[in-house]
Amino acid sequence: MPTYQIKVNGASQTVDVSEDTPVLWVLRDHLDLVGTKYGCGIGQCGACTIHVDGTAMRSCSLTLAQVDGKSITTIEGLSEDGSHPVQQAWNEVDVPQCGYCQAGQIMTASAFLENNPNPTEEEVKNAMHGNICRCASYTRIKKAVLTAAENMD
Amino acid sequence: MSSKTNITFSRRAFMRTSSLAGGGMLIGFNLFQACKPKAEPPVDLSQLNYNDFNAFIKIADNGAVTIFSPNPEIGQGVKTSMPMIIAEELDVAWQDVYVEQGILDTENYQRQVAGGSQSIRFGWDALRQTGATAKQMLVNAAAARWGVDASECTVSEGVITNAAGETLGYGDVVNEATQLEVPEDVALKDPKDYKIMGQSKVNVDIDKITTGKPLFGLDYKADGMVYAALVRPPAFGKKLVSYDDSKARTMSGVIDIVKIGEKVRALLEKDPSFGSKISSSDKIAVIAESTWQAFKAKEAIETVWEDDTTIESTADHDKELNKILDGNNFNTMRSDGDVNKAFAEADEILERTYESPFLPHNCMEPMNFYANVTDEKVHLVGPIQTPAWKAGLVANMLDREEKDILLEMTRMGGGFGRRLYGDFVIEAAELAATINKPVKVVFTREDDMGIGIYRPAIKYRIKAGIKDGQITAYHLKEAAINDGMYGLIPNFFPAGAIDNYQVDSGAHDSNVTTGAWRAPYTNFLASAEQSFFDELAELMEVDKIQLRLDLLDKVDAAADERIQYSPERMKEVIKVAVDKSGWGTKPSSVYQGFVNYYCHNSHVAQVADVEIVDGDPVVKKITCVVDCGIVVNPSGAENQAEGGVIDGVGHTMYGDFAFEGGQGHAQNFDRYRLIRMKEVPEVETHFIQNELSPTGLGEPTLPPAGGAIANAFSAATGNRYYQQPLMKNPELLKVPEKEVIG
Repeated sequence: MPTYQIKVNGASQTVDVSEDTPVLWVLRDHLDLVGTKYGCGIGQCGACTIHVDGTAMRSCSLTLAQVDGKSITTIEGLSEDGSHPVQQAWNEVDVPQCGYCQAGQIMTASAFLENNPNPTEEEVKNAMHGNICRCASYTRIKKAVLTAAENMD
Repeated sequence: MSSKTNITFSRRAFMRTSSLAGGGMLIGFNLFQACKPKAEPPVDLSQLNYNDFNAFIKIADNGAVTIFSPNPEIGQGVKTSMPMIIAEELDVAWQDVYVEQGILDTENYQRQVAGGSQSIRFGWDALRQTGATAKQMLVNAAAARWGVDASECTVSEGVITNAAGETLGYGDVVNEATQLEVPEDVALKDPKDYKIMGQSKVNVDIDKITTGKPLFGLDYKADGMVYAALVRPPAFGKKLVSYDDSKARTMSGVIDIVKIGEKVRALLEKDPSFGSKISSSDKIAVIAESTWQAFKAKEAIETVWEDDTTIESTADHDKELNKILDGNNFNTMRSDGDVNKAFAEADEILERTYESPFLPHNCMEPMNFYANVTDEKVHLVGPIQTPAWKAGLVANMLDREEKDILLEMTRMGGGFGRRLYGDFVIEAAELAATINKPVKVVFTREDDMGIGIYRPAIKYRIKAGIKDGQITAYHLKEAAINDGMYGLIPNFFPAGAIDNYQVDSGAHDSNVTTGAWRAPYTNFLASAEQSFFDELAELMEVDKIQLRLDLLDKVDAAADERIQYSPERMKEVIKVAVDKSGWGTKPSSVYQGFVNYYCHNSHVAQVADVEIVDGDPVVKKITCVVDCGIVVNPSGAENQAEGGVIDGVGHTMYGDFAFEGGQGHAQNFDRYRLIRMKEVPEVETHFIQNELSPTGLGEPTLPPAGGAIANAFSAATGNRYYQQPLMKNPELLKVPEKEVIG
């Protein structure tokens, strides 16, 4: 199997996997970074969202070749201690029910706010529309994104 | 208005204390049943045994309180709210309380009673009494040391004060307290004095969730563990004939490919009760070094299947359900008076049929389970709502003693009823016993959605007779796939309000596996009945709210023990919903729909507001009023209530699952629509403030939502909605031309 060098959460990692292995499974099974979740495997639910050079992307639909030379951030690396304003806002608003989709929600929200630090409610809804929350904690997700935007000011 | 389900038991029967080897006090208690007469909590924390006590509290000699709760957490919030109840009566500060999920990896962690959706309701008395009893023992110990009467002492946040103003912390007296008798008569707090309950507390797992720590079954790893993906029948009714795995075996990471199914079939011979929840066909398991390699190799296996039982389709189901409704082969669940006589004498009759599809649960975390079968033990780990049931089935299947089964529960990425059925636990156990390796079975999303366990498709036919402006007869007929309604559901509103009242249920046996889905039966029954009332009020030309209030006036719940709902509490939620939603006072551009409902021991009223956006009616807001008694954790409660409403709106609008040739029409979210952010209405939740014992909250706000939006759409469009999901008939969601407002 080919060996790949990838940069995850600031550290360079060597992985030995077949070339078509989606980044999701490299993170989960090979690097023990299980915070990134498997939900659908076809880029429909957003549970596996990570940042690639700061852009939110679906790790289930990314190959290693697509992240070659790029910098990956997962939920484990968003901050060292859960202190990222979006994580803090999730805590302040008490967002999760089951919690499974929330890492993906937080990764989508944090990349979005990086580009649009003062969004309108409609912009937040558009940005978060791709992430499914089966428990339907949507009201709080929206509130937490707006709270994070406020706290980042 | 006291609850009819108060549980009383002696404190000696359900709790015991011991003095911990390292100092401090351990209280073992059992939420749902008395402890065995000889059971004692251990003196060593590593020996916690959840067979006798299903929860423990440790009070350390520095006063810190740790609550060990093995109860499964599926997103309903009990891991936060149950400890809050203990902390309240124990009288400690919430920030001094640590909550730990029951210990992992111990020989003694065997099994425990799952609380289901009734955790708070059933745990209410035991949790309060445990906290209060421990507090009293600590006070008694302090009083003994001071030589004063315990009644002279007061407690605040873990500090005991006597009449002279001297103080002792819980940690100062905890070792003496363990030597005392467990007192029997302990006063519980007046709800007016609550300091923790009624205050919002953040989910105790919040930090782990927001930083991506391993919590869920899919995150679990063990030394030497391999991954497995299973090739399952492509359709219900199919059975494996043969397969060719030669290509798959050459793929990278593939360790082995084996056929399983014999043990499941032998189990079903011994215990057929589980047969409707698992396919008896052989399955092919790909064992690989990683999840992805297992998934990929599974696709490379060539298979031949044959028809084993009837290959069914939605068109067949439809015909069968109609046949039931048109026939006379029913199980009568409740019958008051004589509906047929009343219909014969009625001035007017309204009869309508409502239909709903199968629904997959679609937990965000696909089904998975870890198993390792050795001579010493059978080790099972993963997300399961019914651990005791599954441990028993696995023991039976593998011819093992139940004491050999060690089952650990992880946090669950959703349940919604799907994880009541541990078909995946049985599969993992059979596979582990076959390959003699620790293995985790992982469902692909396609496995999870495409060959799952579904809410049964159901039709309701409701007929009402009206005479002299009164509803004199009400006849509800149910036609369901596999199983019809159960328990007290036939006694929900409007049972007791109409003299001639009958509920009949009939079922068609299908090979499609079906089961409970969040708020079983009521999740669609509420929509059907509440849409029917709406139409009935229009036919009778009476006010929609008044119709409901008049019916409730006729209910004498005390005279009929089957009736669990309270007309008074129902009227209260109706009145508050009318007030909070601005019912009848909104501008003419807002179309409102009303619903009141009772299920899971809670009373709910909802008003949906529909407005016209770009020419189409859109649900903008739902006002939800809930009476679930005392609200333990307002933040968690609001989250549950809102989630239930939005889940109800989403499935009513979009949830559809049809079969053709025994195969579901969707396998993944590209062809199955769940509600998403932009479709979510505003939800305004109000809880009735009272001091009654808490009742269910994980489910009761879901069923009314479908009726509320259907009634609001009816107000906007003039159409009636007899089929879910509403998006199945988009033409009915159009506003008549003349009513479109610029």
